[in-house]
Amino acid sequence: METLKLIFRNTLRHKLRTGLTLLGLVVAILSFGLLQTVVDAWYAGAEGAAPNRLITRNAISLVFPLPVHYRDKIRGVEGVKAVAGANWFGGVYQDVKNFFPQFAVEPGYFAIYPEYRIKNDELRAFERDRKGAIVGRKLAETYGFKIGDTVPIRGQIYPGNWEFTVQGIYDGAEAKTDTSQFFFHWDYLNETLKKRFPTRASQFGVFVVQVANADDAAAVSVAIDKQFRNSTAETLTETEKAFQIGFVKQTEALLIAIRIVSYVVIVIILAVMANTMAMTARERMGEYATLKALGFGPGFVSTLIYGESLAIALGGTVLGIALTFPIADWFGRKMGTLFPVFEVGNGTVMLQAACALAVGVIAAMLPARRAATVRIVDGLRAIG
Amino acid sequence: MSAAVDAAARAPVVEIRHVAKHYVRGGQIVPVLTDISLDIAAGEFMALMGPSGSGKSTLLNLIAGIDKPTAGSLRVDGVEIAALDEGELADWRARNIGFIFQFYNLMPVLTALENVELPLLLTRLGAQDRRERAEAALAMVGLADRVDHYPSELSGGQQQRVAIARAIITDPTLVVADEPTGDLDRKSADDVLALLDRLNGELGKTIIMVTHDANSAARARRVVNLEKGELRAETVPAAA
Repeated sequence: METLKLIFRNTLRHKLRTGLTLLGLVVAILSFGLLQTVVDAWYAGAEGAAPNRLITRNAISLVFPLPVHYRDKIRGVEGVKAVAGANWFGGVYQDVKNFFPQFAVEPGYFAIYPEYRIKNDELRAFERDRKGAIVGRKLAETYGFKIGDTVPIRGQIYPGNWEFTVQGIYDGAEAKTDTSQFFFHWDYLNETLKKRFPTRASQFGVFVVQVANADDAAAVSVAIDKQFRNSTAETLTETEKAFQIGFVKQTEALLIAIRIVSYVVIVIILAVMANTMAMTARERMGEYATLKALGFGPGFVSTLIYGESLAIALGGTVLGIALTFPIADWFGRKMGTLFPVFEVGNGTVMLQAACALAVGVIAAMLPARRAATVRIVDGLRAIG
Repeated sequence: MSAAVDAAARAPVVEIRHVAKHYVRGGQIVPVLTDISLDIAAGEFMALMGPSGSGKSTLLNLIAGIDKPTAGSLRVDGVEIAALDEGELADWRARNIGFIFQFYNLMPVLTALENVELPLLLTRLGAQDRRERAEAALAMVGLADRVDHYPSELSGGQQQRVAIARAIITDPTLVVADEPTGDLDRKSADDVLALLDRLNGELGKTIIMVTHDANSAARARRVVNLEKGELRAETVPAAA
């Protein structure tokens, strides 16, 4: 108890120095948490993938479509429970800055994604309206979409001005569920294409396949691809997670850079903290020598230094973590639908705490060792 | 019979035999103490005098167990302290030595009471006992009304009196004082010396004081002079 009192008072001895170090630590822990959350957000799609869903696409590239009749062949593969085609629409709402994913989907699509929670009456209204659309809650909140609103979208891949009517808003079953998407009828797209660009009609970008048993996913994938071997459009079927990670891999270098920067921030604050503790211990060497002269052992003076370093680290951790949540929330909202899910994960919080603990311990190592081993007569010379 | 003669008649609490100390500086051996032999009796108030660099502080450090001799035997209360390892020596100091430093060496973040209480943290005394003893020690040095003051709120003389209270709180075998008046004005110095005099006279504390001030040394019962690391003349001040 007396030791804790001494540590506490020593920590507050140079309020400005401690305050500035604490501030640096808070900024570092906060920055680290935000950068880690950005990386996590990138992987959110993969994290939200279901193990019983497969994605079948053109084996050459995702930009090449698959014929509509593949759907029935895929449905016939043993182990397949449901299939729904989808096309990436890639349109612009008002301004190119307003990015959100738009998909033209078949009616059965939502049955394969039970994590998209849609009210029955809204789903029925969507099914009845050829130009109907279902939007995610986050997307609706970002752009103020309400049921009944008309949403004009300028086609980029499919030229022209397209209009949709919001018939439903879906919620996510979990926090990690992506609610920033915009879905409309593939039939509407296809009918229009038949009139304007007939050669591009009756094709899907991907097929989403639901397997009856997740354990059979690999075997079903092989069986699907086998169906189309040596055809004009061979397929590549993979789990939804692998498909999503494939997208993330395209920006992996950027993610690695963000991760490195997040750890560099920690290394920088470690240097600052180590400098603070070195200065502190050097100034108090006479006091440590006095304590040792009075009979306190090297362990006691080490404890004082480690305790002070950890007290500052603890303060920085608590404040840094506490600030991460509101700032991440603000940042996520500012980013709109760029990051479908921007949540501070438990893993990130644990990493923040671990980094702060490491900073506290490592920063105290050398000063504590010096104070513990300094000869009493040498330490006492520091006074006067 | 004088107090000095009384003390000399008692068994020595410190027995120094052929002690030498040298340091190695820049690859060269620098002798500081050469063949020192000295006895200090229990209850003595002895002053170690000598010019700067004579080795008096080094000898005090050896007696107090914060430094080790290069050669010779140094027994305090029957314990050969040169043979103790660092951990044993720390325990031994806690039980046997009360320190008074020139610059007081109080912990600035602790109050006068907490500073005095500090050595008792190494004992098994409870918080209440520690507090009562520290209050009594502060009362004894005339600072009963300053218990909650921090060192920065006390004068130099008061800080040194707190340091004296800290030095005697564990009832040590020896009180060692290194230039205890060196940082004080004349009036405060006299107060501190009078207090040391009382500790020796009334409580029978064995005090070894390093000083280069003849006025301070005159308060001791015995004065041992050191010069260039060797013992020189030994005197008994007239006041003793």
